[in-house]
Amino acid sequence: MSLELASYAKINWCPGCPNNQILVAFRKAVTELCTAGTLREENIVAGAGIGCHAKILDYLNMNTFNALHGRALPAIEGMKAANPSLTVVAFSGDGDSYSEGLSHLVHAAQRNSDINVFIHDNQIFALTTGQATATSPRGFKGLTRPTGSIEEPIDPLRLMMTSGATFVARTYAGEIEKTKEIMKAALLHKGMSFVDIAQPCITFFDTRDFYKEHITWLPSDHDVTNQDAAYHATKRNDDKVPMGIFYRVERPTFEEQL
Amino acid sequence: MDKAKGNVLVFTVAVGGAAGDGIKEGGLHLAELGQRLGCFVYLSTEYPSLIRGGHNFARVTYSEDIVHADHSSLDAVIAINAESALLHKHELKSDAVVFVDQPYAEQLKELPQRVVSLPMSSAVKEAGAPHAAGPSVGVGAYCYLSGLSRDEAEAMFRAIFEDILGGAQMNIALALRGYDTAKESGLAPRVALRVEGACAHTGILLEGNKAVGMGFLSAGLEYYFGYPMTPSSSLLHFLAKEAAKREKGGLKVIHPEDEITVINMALGVAYAGKRVAIGTATGGFALMQEAFSFAGISEVPLAIMVSQRQGPATGAATRTAQGDLRFVISSGHGEFPRIVIAPGDPEEAHTAGRIALMLAWKFQTPAIVLLDKQLSENFQTSVIGENTVTPASYKTYSGGEYSRFRFTDDGVSPLAFPGTAGAKVKATSYEHDEFGIAADDPEVVRKMQEKRWKKMEGIRADARKEETVKVYGDAGAETAVVFWGSTKGPVLEAAKIFGAPLRLVQVLWMEPFPEEEVTKALSGAKRIIDVEANHNAQFAGLLREKTGIVCDEKILKYDARPFDPATLAEDIRSKLSPS
Repeated sequence: MSLELASYAKINWCPGCPNNQILVAFRKAVTELCTAGTLREENIVAGAGIGCHAKILDYLNMNTFNALHGRALPAIEGMKAANPSLTVVAFSGDGDSYSEGLSHLVHAAQRNSDINVFIHDNQIFALTTGQATATSPRGFKGLTRPTGSIEEPIDPLRLMMTSGATFVARTYAGEIEKTKEIMKAALLHKGMSFVDIAQPCITFFDTRDFYKEHITWLPSDHDVTNQDAAYHATKRNDDKVPMGIFYRVERPTFEEQL
Repeated sequence: MDKAKGNVLVFTVAVGGAAGDGIKEGGLHLAELGQRLGCFVYLSTEYPSLIRGGHNFARVTYSEDIVHADHSSLDAVIAINAESALLHKHELKSDAVVFVDQPYAEQLKELPQRVVSLPMSSAVKEAGAPHAAGPSVGVGAYCYLSGLSRDEAEAMFRAIFEDILGGAQMNIALALRGYDTAKESGLAPRVALRVEGACAHTGILLEGNKAVGMGFLSAGLEYYFGYPMTPSSSLLHFLAKEAAKREKGGLKVIHPEDEITVINMALGVAYAGKRVAIGTATGGFALMQEAFSFAGISEVPLAIMVSQRQGPATGAATRTAQGDLRFVISSGHGEFPRIVIAPGDPEEAHTAGRIALMLAWKFQTPAIVLLDKQLSENFQTSVIGENTVTPASYKTYSGGEYSRFRFTDDGVSPLAFPGTAGAKVKATSYEHDEFGIAADDPEVVRKMQEKRWKKMEGIRADARKEETVKVYGDAGAETAVVFWGSTKGPVLEAAKIFGAPLRLVQVLWMEPFPEEEVTKALSGAKRIIDVEANHNAQFAGLLREKTGIVCDEKILKYDARPFDPATLAEDIRSKLSPS
């Protein structure tokens, strides 16, 4: 079985943009799940907000919903409520869901809505050519504060765990295979699946070298059911950035109780 | 009582007290009394934005003739405290009766009207009833005043209070206590309107919000989203109760984190193929603007109940106004077709709710039912048809290559939903090509805009089959009064009082605007008087813009209270008399 997941739209991300790697990982994840008969392609809907990440929808020859800035989550929650046999995904960005639409993340997690949220976290507003988002590091020199950001970044993984998400992971866009596996695990998880994808913006905030040196994957004995351990595993004292599935538990979903 | 139009009797009774005193329930019980007497009833409630204290007021006008609005001059008041009678002393007729809770009777001794002291708070305490049951004593006393025998009254109380879970007997006893106390006071009973057993013959008591909800349900509503905000909340509460009554798989009602979520979730539901509606107040609708525009560009079927309250911003939060007509018909950025219907009473609200959901799906564009606090929350004796459901239908996909936004002769593309093998269903906030991929090529942009606007021709054709304009009174009269929305009630009541012939023209459809029908309805009128509850005569401006017709006079009210029929009749008279 081969799926025609590529559309006729011409890809217009910057050449070499890691968004391409996320697109490849997602197409692979969908292809493998559909080929195995686990999911049916027509039952998958990919949503997105507004930002560079959202262009991914035009490059997917499947059901897609390109929502407003920050509003992909409520739209896919509505779809899941309307038709529980759908598998719904929201691609979003740090500007799109950590800045503009943050409340939807918190409440979707609170409800444990059976949705999948994949955040292209490049720590910058890229489509608007370079301003700080909620995950930009303090001191980041963006167009709206050329002297450097004066705000501390938020920790979205911890925020999601304390809000009630039942699947919390982080991956790196450059690691396509690992990202694909995490996406597959998320898609199969029943409940709110949240994946923060660390993604360099090669034009406005190139973090490729940083990630090459600082990525570290969670040890195989990490207990994904222990929220306390998961919470503390998101940050380390040695500047390393931990990746992997931090937290995964089962809890009744919003839709099955509706 | 008033005698309007010959010998028809009109009674107005009010219940007043603080928030938490059971004022609205007291008003509803009086309204039900009116219905069970075989009368037509109108019940209004006024309350400030607080939970305890303040001055809450419910007013019931009933008559053997249809009552379109309540009147300000009172035949009787049931006052839970002295303030409730004193605040309305100028509205009391000279022969009015004031029933007051005993501890406050002394403070009313200056009133020239008859004051009857009732043991409201003490009887409630003795019976161990909740404080909010106090008005039931007053309802009992009013039944005595209305000339009901004790047996008739008791039967009436059984009927009125039967819905109070676990409290029926207690309230019946309290009402009989009120009846007996009124009788012992030596008060003379008044002429009774007929009592026809214990069932209403005139219709059901219905408020605008519930009527819209019933209209949505009659068009096959499956999902409803709302966030609490006066005056829209009672629609959310009504549908939540309806959903709770049904088996799983029926109606689903969701109250998410905010209005922005409400509308964006609803967009997702419609995309997934389920009939959905949302409801909000104009402030909440302001929050929804961007997503409302999404429904336009992505051609999402969405029915919306929007209820106006006084503004700007939070305004007088629990009070009425018609200040958002221009906002609503122009809402959402960008240009796209939409339907806006502004009903004038609960029966029209029911029809509008059904049409909104039907046409939203037929034309894949948003449809709004525009109410205001006065229509949303006031109750009126109403007759609505059989409780049948005809689900809104739509142009369906019948296989083959699918393009969500395919160009067609009528601008309406077939609908398919996710889960359909062979169809890739796209929705997007970007301008797009027929398949649904973002496009900003000038040719595509122009064609897509024309495709969406082509649907307006179909909407206009369908609108012509509906009552977009109604004419009451003397259709040939040289003086025309033009109005919209809830102002219908006071205008029709004022016309009863006015005496001389008036041509009364109500416009129900605001978008698309029924230019031909309005022009015809107003043709030959020598003098046109516009009546609306806002500062800038928004409707008169719209009328002029769409038809060139200029209103000669305007009667505008923007004090966050509805028009009073008697005062309005005077205002019309003064506009017509040479100064």
